[in-house]
Amino acid sequence: MKRPLLLSTALALLATAALAQDEIKIGEFASLTGGSASFGQSSHKGTALAIEEINAAGGVLGKKLKLIAEDDQSQAGQPATIVRKLISQDKVVAVLGEVASSKSLEAAPICQQNKIPMISPASTNPKVTEVGDYVFRICFIDPFQGTVMAKFAQSKGWKKVAVLTDVKQDYSVGLAEFFVKGFTATGGEIVKDQKYSTGDKDFKAQLTSIKAAKPDAIFVPGYYGEVSLIGKQAKLLGIKVPLLGGDGWVGDSLLKVAGNSLDGSFFSCHFSADDKAEAVQNFVKKYKAKYNGETPDDMAALGYDSAVILAEAIKKAGTTDGEKLRDALAATKAHPGITGSITLDEKRNATKPAVILGIGGGGFQFVQTVAP
Amino acid sequence: MFERSKILLVATLLTFAGLSHFAGGISPYYFDILIGIGINIILAVGLNLVNGYTGQFSLGHAGFMAVGAYASSWLTLKYGYSMGSGTLNTTTVFVLALLGGGLGAALAGLIVGVPSLRLKGDYLAIVTLGVNEISKGVLQKAEPLGAQRGLGGMEQHTNFFWTFAFAAITIYVVLNLVGSTYGRGFLAVRDDEIAAEAMGINTTKYKVLAFVLAAFFAGIAGGLYAHFKQFIHPEGFNFLRSVDIVVMVILGGMGNTAGVVVAATLLTILPEFLRAVSRYEWLPEWLRHVAENRMILYSLLLIVLMLTRPQGLFGNFTGKRNSKLQ
Repeated sequence: MKRPLLLSTALALLATAALAQDEIKIGEFASLTGGSASFGQSSHKGTALAIEEINAAGGVLGKKLKLIAEDDQSQAGQPATIVRKLISQDKVVAVLGEVASSKSLEAAPICQQNKIPMISPASTNPKVTEVGDYVFRICFIDPFQGTVMAKFAQSKGWKKVAVLTDVKQDYSVGLAEFFVKGFTATGGEIVKDQKYSTGDKDFKAQLTSIKAAKPDAIFVPGYYGEVSLIGKQAKLLGIKVPLLGGDGWVGDSLLKVAGNSLDGSFFSCHFSADDKAEAVQNFVKKYKAKYNGETPDDMAALGYDSAVILAEAIKKAGTTDGEKLRDALAATKAHPGITGSITLDEKRNATKPAVILGIGGGGFQFVQTVAP
Repeated sequence: MFERSKILLVATLLTFAGLSHFAGGISPYYFDILIGIGINIILAVGLNLVNGYTGQFSLGHAGFMAVGAYASSWLTLKYGYSMGSGTLNTTTVFVLALLGGGLGAALAGLIVGVPSLRLKGDYLAIVTLGVNEISKGVLQKAEPLGAQRGLGGMEQHTNFFWTFAFAAITIYVVLNLVGSTYGRGFLAVRDDEIAAEAMGINTTKYKVLAFVLAAFFAGIAGGLYAHFKQFIHPEGFNFLRSVDIVVMVILGGMGNTAGVVVAATLLTILPEFLRAVSRYEWLPEWLRHVAENRMILYSLLLIVLMLTRPQGLFGNFTGKRNSKLQ
């Protein structure tokens, strides 16, 4: 009884080994369950859609791509274990992941040591790609959004802007710093610089002092929790100028709390499903068809782009050898992705346009894309 | 009796040193799981001293692990690379940093333990839970330790030998302590605190001692973890991590070291095993789908085990010896 089982196991293993010749294995680690599962599920769905499409179009180098996705349960400690598994057991040629920077930072040293290229779809912490030359990202890093919003403010003809920064968040401080730099470099004026801390509930003192300075707009690069309250209180104080922000504004509760008080404000983001560009609309259509009418969010779009960029690099390298694949990835230029034209710079970070969304009518509306 | 256990410990350590020689040959993935087992054994056996043998309910073990992880990482990052390279140097720094992490955690255990161990049962659980959250919160704000960005850059010093050597030492210390005349105090506190006090046992002293020792070992485990994963983040030492360790203790059987070791091993392997099962292509499709939802399966297994063996996996094995002790 035991022998046949053993034999069939051996045969099955042999069969899979034979099959493995015709496919290129790509590893993915994502938070499919746990606290950040909504991000992980989205990026995984985008990635899976991309792999399916590439295979339907004939694969890469005459072989099919095989995506091996593992769940890290949103838990620290898991990414290292999983990436070791993907590299040593599954022998993947590259690793895709993660959304959360802390998870990417855990996996990156292992990919670097094993000379396996890793592409993070959405980790915005600058330290991620500093781990080594095998670690890439296809999203912009935090400070870039500050520069983008400065450009946007200028294009609107605003000359005087006030800044309201969350001093407890690196994210907010980084955005504010680059906004001020970009805005003042081209003749703009920062008329007021106010601060608050994560968890604050009352912003009237800061807003009153900002109101007195009569700005054309207020830059508030915080997270949606505080921003919704700031919007509400600004309206109460009779401040009519628009508020500007970054992707930290994206959150279900932003409009629930703020109501219509943020109407006419703008923020930068990675992707908008309302973007009329043909590539975006095609992607939205395919995504909806595959996932029961679900509308893709920015994580899905970034997950999709990460897989496509990897496939393109394998094609260009003509091999799955780690070192050559890394060089091909590093040479990615003007890749026409769903989230815009992506170029990887010498620090392996993406240079790409951002999407500006406006608030109005109880939702977010696509306004324009701003090139770097 | 003591002599024999000492010889046993030395023999075990020598075996591990020998085995460590071959550890480089195995797949890094299995190696990762092995080290995870060793670290969980240290954590669970240490916590068993508090939750099992002394009958207290601590729910914040990961907090002490965090103190050890950050303290030892800070030590190796600050002093590790100024002492020159060479295996002897780096190993010395590493082991000293581990001990430093352990002592730091023990100190934290003392500070927390002295006031809070006057509480009992549920209240103690809540206090320790609070301490876990506080240590996480402080680390999230501590700029020199990376705050919310996490701390990285440690070299990988943790190997097979050091992990299992410390696991063996933990088991040795706990078993011998509980088996000694002095150690009967722990059991007395667990069995009946009022009676123990009436017999002249300083119950607070025993509770604090158990707590501090457990914190020390948690600190060592944290140091081993930090120098294996090479990146630590406050979120990695949250309440859920503490619950993981408590589950190992309860599943193994409170106050049963052998059971706890087996439970720590099983619970470390199980999620990874289920991961592998969902990939076996010769298994029927539905079975692989079941295995894919491995965390649900894992939880179900825990419920079934607790229903069928409330005394823990090995609860009955040493039940006889325990009754003799009592």
